[in-house]
Amino acid sequence: MAPLVPMSQPWVEKYRPRQVKDVAHQEEVVRVLTNTLQTADLPHMLFYGPPGTGKTTTALAIAYQLYGPELYKSRVLELNASDDRGINVVRTKIKDFAAVAVGTARKAGYPCPPYKMIILDEADSMTEDAQNALRRTMETYSKVTRFFFICNYISRIIEPLASRCAKFRFKPLSEEVMSSRIMHICNEESLNLDAQALSTLSAISQGDLRRAITYLQSAARLFGSSISSSDLISVSGVIPEDVVKSLLAACRSGEFDVANKEVSNIIADGYPVSQLMAQFLDVIVSADDIPDEQKARICKKLGETDKCLVDGADEYLQLLDVASETIRALFDMPQTLVF
Amino acid sequence: MLWVDKYRPKTLDKVTVHDQVAQNLRKLVSEQDCPHLLFYGPSGSGKKTLILALIKQMFGAGAEKVKMENKTWKIDTGTRTLEIELAMLSSAHHVEMNPSDAGFQDRYVVQEVIKEMAKNRPIDAKGKRAFKVLVLNEVDKLSREAQHSLRRTMEKYSASCRLILCCNSSSKVTEAVRSRCLNVRVNAPSEDQIVQVLEIIGKKENLHLPAGFAARIAAQSNRNLRRAILFFETCKVQQYPFASNQVAPPLDWEQYVSEIATDILTEQSPKRLYAVRQKFYELLVNCIPPESILKKLLTELLKKLDADLKHEICHWAAHYALCMQEHKMRLGSKAIFHLEAFVAKFMSIYKEFLVATFG
Ligand SMILES: Nc1ncnc2c1ncn2[C@@H]1O[C@H](COP(=O)(O)OP(=O)(O)OP(=O)(O)O)[C@@H](O)[C@H]1O
Ligand SMILES: [Mg+2]
Repeated sequence: MAPLVPMSQPWVEKYRPRQVKDVAHQEEVVRVLTNTLQTADLPHMLFYGPPGTGKTTTALAIAYQLYGPELYKSRVLELNASDDRGINVVRTKIKDFAAVAVGTARKAGYPCPPYKMIILDEADSMTEDAQNALRRTMETYSKVTRFFFICNYISRIIEPLASRCAKFRFKPLSEEVMSSRIMHICNEESLNLDAQALSTLSAISQGDLRRAITYLQSAARLFGSSISSSDLISVSGVIPEDVVKSLLAACRSGEFDVANKEVSNIIADGYPVSQLMAQFLDVIVSADDIPDEQKARICKKLGETDKCLVDGADEYLQLLDVASETIRALFDMPQTLVF
Repeated sequence: MLWVDKYRPKTLDKVTVHDQVAQNLRKLVSEQDCPHLLFYGPSGSGKKTLILALIKQMFGAGAEKVKMENKTWKIDTGTRTLEIELAMLSSAHHVEMNPSDAGFQDRYVVQEVIKEMAKNRPIDAKGKRAFKVLVLNEVDKLSREAQHSLRRTMEKYSASCRLILCCNSSSKVTEAVRSRCLNVRVNAPSEDQIVQVLEIIGKKENLHLPAGFAARIAAQSNRNLRRAILFFETCKVQQYPFASNQVAPPLDWEQYVSEIATDILTEQSPKRLYAVRQKFYELLVNCIPPESILKKLLTELLKKLDADLKHEICHWAAHYALCMQEHKMRLGSKAIFHLEAFVAKFMSIYKEFLVATFG
């Protein structure tokens, strides 16, 4: 029975590092942590950074390395956004957990420091009130617990909490770092990836190793053990350059209706508009024949639109607005009509 | 049974329009370890068909024995107990639901359902899959909180619960959730592909299609396959044998919006604005989504406007659609204000234009 469990896990879980030293290259983070792991004296910590860069992995690895598998259950409390049900529950859960004194039990080979660890993953989705309530809890139990906060957006963590922690920023992973971890997985799974495919994989996953691993696994299932650069591109859903170029061409025609048709087609093809606009920006910036002033105007629009999309704006209307403003910029038409 | 359901391909081999995607999916689930999936693409493009066929591929015919229930969750928030009721479709192997229907409480639903499924994890017998599949529809409509609370849960229970997420616009799904899935784009079929599907259905129904008939329906459907098939069936009901120039009648609500467009193009006055408001109310009480109303209205207006005005009006449509969205988040849906504000804006611009042009 038991071996079935890992088998049915996607590769991202299968290849989640269990040791801090295997966490690919969050250099500074790993160095500091390896030191503190030896002395077993940890501060409260705050990990923040974009998805798939190793935050959760690192926190879990630290916990395992400190306590070992047997003590883990009694010493580590992992709470995430899906457990968080308002201030009261969090507070009682944490109190109940922290208030039970740590035993003196030790496991050979593990530092087993005399405190418990509370991992609050996805802390950025906690309300301010809940965070404020935590402040006091942290103080009350500061002798016997260490808190780990993990989040994507540090700005969502209230200052008094953040200032009590050692902060670690997890950066998008560099191409080299990604490649070495990917190579490791390729070895384990007997996959063949040439240099070009490897660099493509890093490029399309934009520093998110989880995404890279998912692409790799999907490509392996679809194309077998020899994987090329174009295989990876096809599973990643990157928007083909042609699509972006023909949008610009439509704008250059100066005809609103032509641009509208193109926009409708892009939407019908299901391309994610936020991604499309990032690629559109590249094309605009690198177009030699567009004067800087016009570029600036288009880029400004793209920036505004990106924000609107984050706020949940309609994709079609936003893209149409961008196309329309691009036409107006290219033909030096004023932004608002004057009659 | 409606043709849209009757002629829905049941297995991945039978999927005609997205055959390449279908083949890929089959390979993807050939092992037990496939990643979570996020299907995205415009409405009526065939996501649901692919997902159902995929589940059948994974679990066999057992996944087709579904029951529909209204499930009630009791959720203890610490201060009070919430009761949330939601329709749910389930088989022995999968559960399908639309958590955004729970409104502001959506996050409790996604939290609970995954944990519950993980608890009742199927025992692996004879090479059957050791996980269940949870299909969540319209994830782009989930609140940020609900999406956030999916993050760690998706990882933690990935051995026992595999997620298939489905949405129209993947830009509205947070990056952290997208990062946890293989993203599968399902494009709307081209008009040619729609014609093919219609012809196949015509054949099976023993219908004679006059030349150009299928192409006309396809053109009318805006690359929405579901719509095309519905139009086709409507035509059949309307008149058979088909007339050589027969077209499907436009949808009622769309017809209504075209009338609004004509109204505001012919007269710009407070009185007209008031009359239009009544029409918006009518549409909204019939559950037509306000974004769709605004988009359709824009399309109709664009047909009639001067080039310069088109730019201006499309900008304001985008603007008020966003206001509508932000409003919904904060205060509950008072979409009518924004529809009305758009019309008022249009009237003032258009009037100014008329005066400047014709004096
Ligand atoms: N630095 C890394 N070294 C090795 N593997 C990594 C690293 N970063 C991510 N991974 C891989 O990606 C998966 C997800 O990583 P992890 O859960 O740590 O991301 P995260 O930073 O917590 O992201 P999120 O903000 O989305 O929660 C891991 O299971 C692992 O396979
Ligand atoms: Mg994480």
